[in-house]
Amino acid sequence: MADLSAVRAEGLVKDFGDFRAVDGIDLRVRQGEIFGVLGPNGAGKTTTLRMLATLLPIDGGHAEIFGVDVRREPHRIRQLVGVTGQYASVDEDLTARENLWLFARLQGLTGTRAKAIAVDLLERFDLQEAAERPLSQFSGGMRRRLDLASSLITRPPLIFLDEPTTGLDPRTRGQMWDTIRELVTDGSTILLTTQYLDEADQLADRVAVIDRGRKVAEDTPDALKTQVGDSTLQLRLADGSDTALAANVVRRLLGEEPVLTPESGRMNIPLPDPDRAADVLIGLREAGLGISSVSVAKPTLDEVFLALTGHGADDQPQMEAAR
Amino acid sequence: MTTTSTMTPTTFKPRRIDPSAVVAGTTSRSSVRETWAQVLAMAWRALKKMRRKPEQFFDVLIQPLLFTAMFAFIFGGAISGSVSNYLPVLIPGILAQTALTVCMATGVQLREDMDKGVFDRFKSLPIARLAPLAGPMIADLIRYGIASVLTLVTGLLIGYRPGGGVLGCVGGVALTVIAGWSLAWIFTWLGTMARSAQSVQGISMMIMFPLTFLSNAFVPAETLPGWLEAFVKVNPVSHVVSAVRDLFNDGAVTAEVGWAVIGCMVVVAIFAPLAVRSYSRKM
Repeated sequence: MADLSAVRAEGLVKDFGDFRAVDGIDLRVRQGEIFGVLGPNGAGKTTTLRMLATLLPIDGGHAEIFGVDVRREPHRIRQLVGVTGQYASVDEDLTARENLWLFARLQGLTGTRAKAIAVDLLERFDLQEAAERPLSQFSGGMRRRLDLASSLITRPPLIFLDEPTTGLDPRTRGQMWDTIRELVTDGSTILLTTQYLDEADQLADRVAVIDRGRKVAEDTPDALKTQVGDSTLQLRLADGSDTALAANVVRRLLGEEPVLTPESGRMNIPLPDPDRAADVLIGLREAGLGISSVSVAKPTLDEVFLALTGHGADDQPQMEAAR
Repeated sequence: MTTTSTMTPTTFKPRRIDPSAVVAGTTSRSSVRETWAQVLAMAWRALKKMRRKPEQFFDVLIQPLLFTAMFAFIFGGAISGSVSNYLPVLIPGILAQTALTVCMATGVQLREDMDKGVFDRFKSLPIARLAPLAGPMIADLIRYGIASVLTLVTGLLIGYRPGGGVLGCVGGVALTVIAGWSLAWIFTWLGTMARSAQSVQGISMMIMFPLTFLSNAFVPAETLPGWLEAFVKVNPVSHVVSAVRDLFNDGAVTAEVGWAVIGCMVVVAIFAPLAVRSYSRKM
């Protein structure tokens, strides 16, 4: 059964009243890969994940996980999938150890085995010192780690991670990424949602970009980035009236069309190669155009969206993910 | 963050996960034994929470003390001529009222609990949908027990001398606990249906007050107008109260006891499936 997909979803649909949150999404996640679902708030990422995890009824379409029908066999699906939510789904009134013990017992482990697994996971996720503390004293990063640990008790072959690093500081985020990479070496398949292009880039083998309940692109992170340009040179001219002149210099040097904001003298220049930034700066110096500030930025989700959908990520219909 | 553990090297096997093997090992529903283990695990969780939040016990501690003393001294003379004559009527009534109050808390707390993040995990786990409902109710048996015993003790302190002796009292308390647990399914069902904990509280109040006051809990049914007497006589709370009176005051297992137990079983048979169905649908 080597060709069996971890997830195969066709035409998934979810309506909340008149609002169609998910509008015919197809997904195919191969075994052993990290598959990223990228999109802004309200795009339908969480809703899609929750449907696949049997937490929301599927209104239309068909979904299978390792060949098991999600709609017809929810109990089987729950044995195959570990879910780590956007909001840590652990018990606030219990300690870390008690949480793990409870979830292990609920999944049919004996008392002694549940205890051993809790010890193991606490160590693996660097939570031993906080094991007996009530969760109210936990930091955001510790909660996420405990949440992830709780999803791994029975070593499910498929793990759903809903925005695993949203709201975490950069250092904790890096640790989380390492942990996620480790999971795949165990043979797990991971489906994760994220709002961050660099997170998808760091982790995912393939990425589906979701916008307003539809899939607008699916590719490797590298291919997606090439569509957008690797990075952007952001310039601010000393004299705003020079923008037209500066634009000519850029066109001549790079053959790229800069995005201008003449009022403030700003221009954003897509760079096929970050090396070329120097060419532009030298070109402007030679043309006698002064610069007041300069920076090189990686493409943001907003730019990916602009490139793929023609509108930014911000003008999405605001809609709290259905809980 | 290392993968290996030196303390228990056998539990987290470095063996790779084989999805087809896992799929082959799945079952389409929890067996009865699995369900029982899950219910017990959920009961353990509820007990832990009770220990951490003793303020939950406010209702089971205060109400028996306050209401027993208050009602005895206020209504005793008017209804039965004297406080000591009223106590045999009142104590079983207060017992039923207290049990119903505790039931109500069961529904409200379930609703509050369901809004918490951890219920998302319960839903995502392969557990019987009955477990998150039945677990806390088992832990609540302790609350019914405390409330009943406390009511009885308060009664004894202000002069109640039950004719049924120790056995009758044990029987009466046991019946109250059973009745409370059974009726709690109604409120659990409400808890799974309502939008918020406040609305559960509101609806429960509207059910609880007529059920307790339109019964023979505090006054003899014969003193009521005919139409009201008719309702009081079919009110299941009346049967429980009469049965507990028979046990406490006479130590007699009468037909009322039988009716009360049958009534409780009917309530569970109707509302337990309704609650589980409504809970599963919520997801």
